[in-house]
Amino acid sequence: MKVFTKLLFIALSAILMFGCASKTPKGGAKVDDLNANNGVTTDGTQQGGVGGDPYSDPSSALYNQKRVVYFDLDSTEVTQSDRPTISAHAKYLAGNSGQTVSLEGHADERGSREYNLALGERRSNAVRQLLLAEGVAANQIQTISYGEEKPAETGHDEDAWQYNRRVEFVYGAR
Amino acid sequence: MSIRFFLICILSLLLPLGSATAALTINITEGVEGALPIAIVPFGQETAVPEDIAAIVASDLRRSGRFAPLPERDLLARPHAAAEVNFGDWRALGTDNLVVGNIRAIGPGQYEVRFELFDVFRGAQLTGYRFTSGAQELRTVAHQISDIIYETLTGQPGAFNTRIGYVTASGAKRGQTYSLQVADSDGYNSQTILTSKQPILSPAWSPDGTRLAYLSFENRRQQIYVQDVSSGRRDLVASYPGLNGAPAFSPDGRRLAMTLSKDGNPEIYVLNLASKALTRLTTNAAIDTEPTWSPDGNALVFTSDRGGRPQLYRMSSSGGTAQRITFEGDYNAKGVFSPNGDMLAMIQGQGSTYRIAVQNIQSGEVRVLTDRSLDESPSFAPNGSMILYATNEGAQGELAAVSIDGRVRQSLVLQEGDVREAVWSPFGRKLTVNSTFNQP
Repeated sequence: MKVFTKLLFIALSAILMFGCASKTPKGGAKVDDLNANNGVTTDGTQQGGVGGDPYSDPSSALYNQKRVVYFDLDSTEVTQSDRPTISAHAKYLAGNSGQTVSLEGHADERGSREYNLALGERRSNAVRQLLLAEGVAANQIQTISYGEEKPAETGHDEDAWQYNRRVEFVYGAR
Repeated sequence: MSIRFFLICILSLLLPLGSATAALTINITEGVEGALPIAIVPFGQETAVPEDIAAIVASDLRRSGRFAPLPERDLLARPHAAAEVNFGDWRALGTDNLVVGNIRAIGPGQYEVRFELFDVFRGAQLTGYRFTSGAQELRTVAHQISDIIYETLTGQPGAFNTRIGYVTASGAKRGQTYSLQVADSDGYNSQTILTSKQPILSPAWSPDGTRLAYLSFENRRQQIYVQDVSSGRRDLVASYPGLNGAPAFSPDGRRLAMTLSKDGNPEIYVLNLASKALTRLTTNAAIDTEPTWSPDGNALVFTSDRGGRPQLYRMSSSGGTAQRITFEGDYNAKGVFSPNGDMLAMIQGQGSTYRIAVQNIQSGEVRVLTDRSLDESPSFAPNGSMILYATNEGAQGELAAVSIDGRVRQSLVLQEGDVREAVWSPFGRKLTVNSTFNQP
């Protein structure tokens, strides 16, 4: 009985994963996989909101746009190479005043969990400031930090950590 | 039927199965050399008894690393009371101490448990107690007996009759189930406090061991709850924009220190749980988080990066200026006071290794106690003897414990899934001791 329920659970988890992954377009890049992270929820609080997912809408300015920016160790500064990504999102949001974005800040696993929550918040605030500076209205942006709780990569070395120090742009999450 | 509903059904099927055995398996990985030999004879019983008290006591004492209980097959005799003990037998075996006892049914589901501890070489009783207990409390009685034996022989209070609160994560990476659990300090009797599809963090015990404060993302934002462990009733105590985290009960249990970023960036606040009055204690553009109370309630130590990298600072629990107190290592965070207040445990980062260190408050001397590279979340046993912490190098997050002198090490492994952040409860509830009794 126990083995059976475990197998059933594993099978259901697989179905759930597959079901959610299929909602996100395959762009081939690592960054596209990341967003599947945000789709997997059974608590029902994250349904597609106003405007849906602009990444999968070919008519959207964000179609195939990067949805994640990465940070150096213990840094909260957006790198120069990520500035065009920020500008593309700012342009999209400024032109779609009904659209909202959630900036999800993350940290790598090193050090304490609560400090990493604070670091993730600082990173999402850094992106928020840049969006505001490019004309996005404050009420279009919300921020949340998950700290080290939702790594994009699960390894325990810099190969994984560099993908975990990040801010993700999540649309329609409200 | 939705997948969500289906999953809940499956999970509810799985949970009771998990609690039938120990949820956490605790293994000694390093013990004290020359652990004290002790013979613990299976307790006498006339009728079937649901728990093997002697086995629980032997396992507790072995786990402490300070005792080496004799294997049951090596026991020469099975005495259950002083009159049946031939000390010469036990001297020949080289055991210093002997525990015997008896369990008697005194009513439906009611038992009287009696035990005696002897010094084999002097041929004298060291202590003896009698308890009455329901069937559900027999394990608690056994842990209390372990506490008495430990204290009698080492001079320090035992911490066996205590609990551990811990967070688990299981399931596929993109669809994890998080759970806050409470188990006895030997890993048995696990109880689910909260299950969520979103992260749960930072569990903290109330000083009386009846409530847990924690941070939950269940509503897709950070919120702090305080939950009564036995009834499950809970109160939402903080749900401000931004960070709501790092809850820490004051030693009197009336206030909760926490981190909020509602006023722009992470600051330390203290919430009066009765009046709901919220007092802001720090004003700094840096990250201020992870407050921990000194045992006398007069001071708070917290993590701040106001000097660049994260370090620990100390201030009055009513606020005011803060003094930096850590100077070794380029990263110090998550400070926690030892129960008697003379030490502070923390995560110390040096390069890319993060280990648990203890700092003597008086002398400032720092000792690194752990040896891996991603150790975090230190928590003291209520008798100050061990530090429980999380370590995360392999495929699975594990818990480990190390004695303050670094000589005893344990690993605590969950049957399946990840176990992370664990907090050791304060001393447990004591069952009434009916009487002590001495050899005539």
